[in-house]
Amino acid sequence: MNKDKFDYFIKGEKNKYEVIIGLEVHAQVSSNSKLFSGSATKFGAEPNSQVSLIDSAFPGMLPVINKECINQAIRTGLGLNAKINNNSVFDRKNYFYADLPQGYQISQYKNPIVGEGKVLLDMPYGSKEIGIERLHLEQDAGKSIHDMDPSSTYVDLNRSGIALMEIVSKPDLRSPEEVNAYIKKLRTIMRYLGTCDGNMQEGSLRADVNVSVRRVGDKNFGTRCEIKNVNSIKFMQMAIEYEANRQVELLDEGKKIEQETRLFDTKKNETRSMRSKEDAHDYRYFPDPDLLPLKIEQKLIDDLKKTLPELPDNKKERFMSDYGLNSYEANVLVSEKEISNYYEEVAKLSDKKLAATWMMGDLFAMLNDKGLNISKSPISPKNFAELIQSINSGEISGRIAKEVFELMVESGDNPKKIIESKGMKQQSDPKELEKIINEILTKNKDKVDQYKSGKEKLFGFFVGQVMKQSGGKANPQITNDILKKLLKG
Amino acid sequence: MSEIIKKNLSEIIDLIKKKEIKSEELANLYIDKVNKSKKLNSYITTCFEHTIQKSKEFDKKPNLNSLLPGVPLAVKDLFCTNGFKTTAGSKMLENFIPQYESTVTENLWKEGAILLGKLNCDEYAMGSSNETSYFGNVINPIAKDTVPGGSSGGSASALAADLTPATIGTDTGGSIRQPASFTGTVGLKPTYGLCSRWGIVAFASSLDQAGPMTKSVKDCSIMLEAMAGFDNKDSTSIEKKKENYSKNLKTDIKGLKIGIPKEYRVENMPKEIDELWNKGKSILKDLGADIIDISLPHTKYALPTYYIVAPAEASSNLARYDGVKYGYRSSKGNDLIEMYENTRSEAFGDEVKRRILIGTYVLSSGYYDAYYLKAQKVRQLIKKDFDENFGKVDAILTPSTPSSAFKIGEKTHDPISMYLNDIFTVPVNLAGLPAISVPAGLDKKGYPLGLQLIGKTLDEQNILNVAYAFEKNCNFKNEIKNWWL
Repeated sequence: MNKDKFDYFIKGEKNKYEVIIGLEVHAQVSSNSKLFSGSATKFGAEPNSQVSLIDSAFPGMLPVINKECINQAIRTGLGLNAKINNNSVFDRKNYFYADLPQGYQISQYKNPIVGEGKVLLDMPYGSKEIGIERLHLEQDAGKSIHDMDPSSTYVDLNRSGIALMEIVSKPDLRSPEEVNAYIKKLRTIMRYLGTCDGNMQEGSLRADVNVSVRRVGDKNFGTRCEIKNVNSIKFMQMAIEYEANRQVELLDEGKKIEQETRLFDTKKNETRSMRSKEDAHDYRYFPDPDLLPLKIEQKLIDDLKKTLPELPDNKKERFMSDYGLNSYEANVLVSEKEISNYYEEVAKLSDKKLAATWMMGDLFAMLNDKGLNISKSPISPKNFAELIQSINSGEISGRIAKEVFELMVESGDNPKKIIESKGMKQQSDPKELEKIINEILTKNKDKVDQYKSGKEKLFGFFVGQVMKQSGGKANPQITNDILKKLLKG
Repeated sequence: MSEIIKKNLSEIIDLIKKKEIKSEELANLYIDKVNKSKKLNSYITTCFEHTIQKSKEFDKKPNLNSLLPGVPLAVKDLFCTNGFKTTAGSKMLENFIPQYESTVTENLWKEGAILLGKLNCDEYAMGSSNETSYFGNVINPIAKDTVPGGSSGGSASALAADLTPATIGTDTGGSIRQPASFTGTVGLKPTYGLCSRWGIVAFASSLDQAGPMTKSVKDCSIMLEAMAGFDNKDSTSIEKKKENYSKNLKTDIKGLKIGIPKEYRVENMPKEIDELWNKGKSILKDLGADIIDISLPHTKYALPTYYIVAPAEASSNLARYDGVKYGYRSSKGNDLIEMYENTRSEAFGDEVKRRILIGTYVLSSGYYDAYYLKAQKVRQLIKKDFDENFGKVDAILTPSTPSSAFKIGEKTHDPISMYLNDIFTVPVNLAGLPAISVPAGLDKKGYPLGLQLIGKTLDEQNILNVAYAFEKNCNFKNEIKNWWL
């Protein structure tokens, strides 16, 4: 599937179209308490068990900013190479809904905490920069539960007031693939920073997707539709695919696109209209008078900058230059902080390149098979490094190594111990091997003659015999060398 | 014995400290008079069992070092009181019992005060006559057909009628100072941020401020000392150390510069008010103050600015009263939207609805810049007027209100004339400054009138001092004849 040229266009009846996509990603801030109250934020708690008087908007309750959420937003902004605004403002976004206790959401409208930034994507056709328009902080709403009772709606306010970062991209994305890469990259960056766990199943990461199309070559953007609240990358991609095709069909029929908000129906795999531009809410934004403008001292930004971990882009470059990995390998190994940490531990103690190959091959396959996170790997980095070393030094063959690997998974044991106790060491002593080979050649004189008269395919037969004789432990390279030498003579 | 409750708070505190009266005896005196004064309608809720129990506890182990030792106090029904109904004068919260205590009332209880009851007020503090309360209008004890002012009308009425030795109100555009002026009492609106707003039913967050209402300036200083203080639960609370206003109270105001803003001489203002203002000037001059004419050129824009900013914030602050979580919920309606509409239509009064509509309008897209944004800019100019003059003067003297107490029903059908009552008080809220209204004299009907002293930010001590000196030399006497008993 390695395409080295971008080719996501939609062919209509008449024209060929390019798809323009912008994302508003809502990322839940990792913090112990909510944006403006001391309530806990644990996922999956008993309904309404993490709700304070502030979250439920009792009379006279006032919001007080949680400084850790501010720090997390700054860290994220720095991770997105963005400008941190020393002055920003919290506004009220006014609308009525049963799971919005205040009757307004505290958000940031004209003056967000983080300004323009950028994210780098590695696409098969090269690297691509996606612009970030802004990042702002806002409160999450509660949850309305409509299916618990035929006539009533239940409301769970556990989520009410939890801090979200809304990360708005520029309309720089051009395909579902790029959306996939973009979301994954954002997620990786935030997980490196520890500012969002990126758990899409728990709703920690959701997005509103803006889609428009234009004829290839056109300079102006088409009218966009916003698909609200899509909570998986797969659904985002499906929704974009559907929506772009819908728009292309309309345009080719000579019809106009109405600017509107749409919903993605995951069962029918289609988007449908939720409200038109005319019905759009008037949110009556205004600065929240309960909160003073947010002033961030440059010193705080500088201090946070100093404590940032190495981010994936830098780490990738370092992996390539320090460990001699290629771009693809480096990408995979920096995709999760835990993976990169594991790799670095292994690489420090063994052959860097071989370690990468084995990690991305057998180790990942095993983890995937078992549904395990690398932090739960039955093989410790140290043991894994020893295994790589054993292969690299020729102590065991690649084939034997696979057996050792299996035993390590089962027992969690040190590979040296396994090799020792099972006698799996590779036979690399040329004298020993020569002895075995001579025996085999003597036994199979007829075949030696055939070989010499031109039937060179028989070489494999001799190797197989050596392996059989040695219980698979003969060093293949040395075996080959000796065989060649003796068969010539 | 009933003479005792006519006394000022400071005198009553002295009696308690000298053990000449017990807290429980005192409580019973007030309870007795409150029970006989229902005609005034100044109380919405009483909690006498609680009062007696607490006063007994106090008498058993009296802490005489506190600021308000064993003093029974009623408070405006906008302060949330743990376990006692807090209605905000609205049907919406008719049966709302908070499970928390406002910071300001908590501060009072910590200083030894004991809750006596909750005082009537305009619905959500929106009104200037205490006629918008769902629990009925309040009567001014000075005359049975007059309003006590508003929105802290119940507080002013109860105080003037000796139904509480002191009280607290909230002031968003004059809601403490105007009723104080109408009832011949003292009312102070502190610097925005001096008293915590936590636990006070919000009207307009950037303007709301709690403050004391008392019979004397000294009482005012005691109450302010007790209620003020930094609160980390209110992001707009000012972080500063507590002050001893009562201890530092002094009458020496020699050399102080008092500004007289020409813009406060408004058209159609009764001559008596002008005369009273002149009287105020000459008293302060005689005490050694310099009287300086000043100009606050943007004053005329204060009222329209206020009636954009306050309703805008109110429209958002009152969105939480939707019938979903607490308070009134209409039984009518087939879906969520209808439930909202019916709940809010049935439980909000006309004035509240009017302000929600105005506020919603001025924040709407397409109108925001012309109204709300412009109002915020004018607000800055009004503040700048004060800032510039406070380079030249130490305090500003103005009338508190453009008239004395008016008749019940006189202005209820004319919101604009009602709003005009706040003309002298509103600029102070917009600028976030402290101001005190002190009784200065009676008009020819025998109704009290007050003068307002406006101070610099956090300069409460200074305006208290000027008011204290003024009070000592003004010889004002409130003539309340207990006609309702």
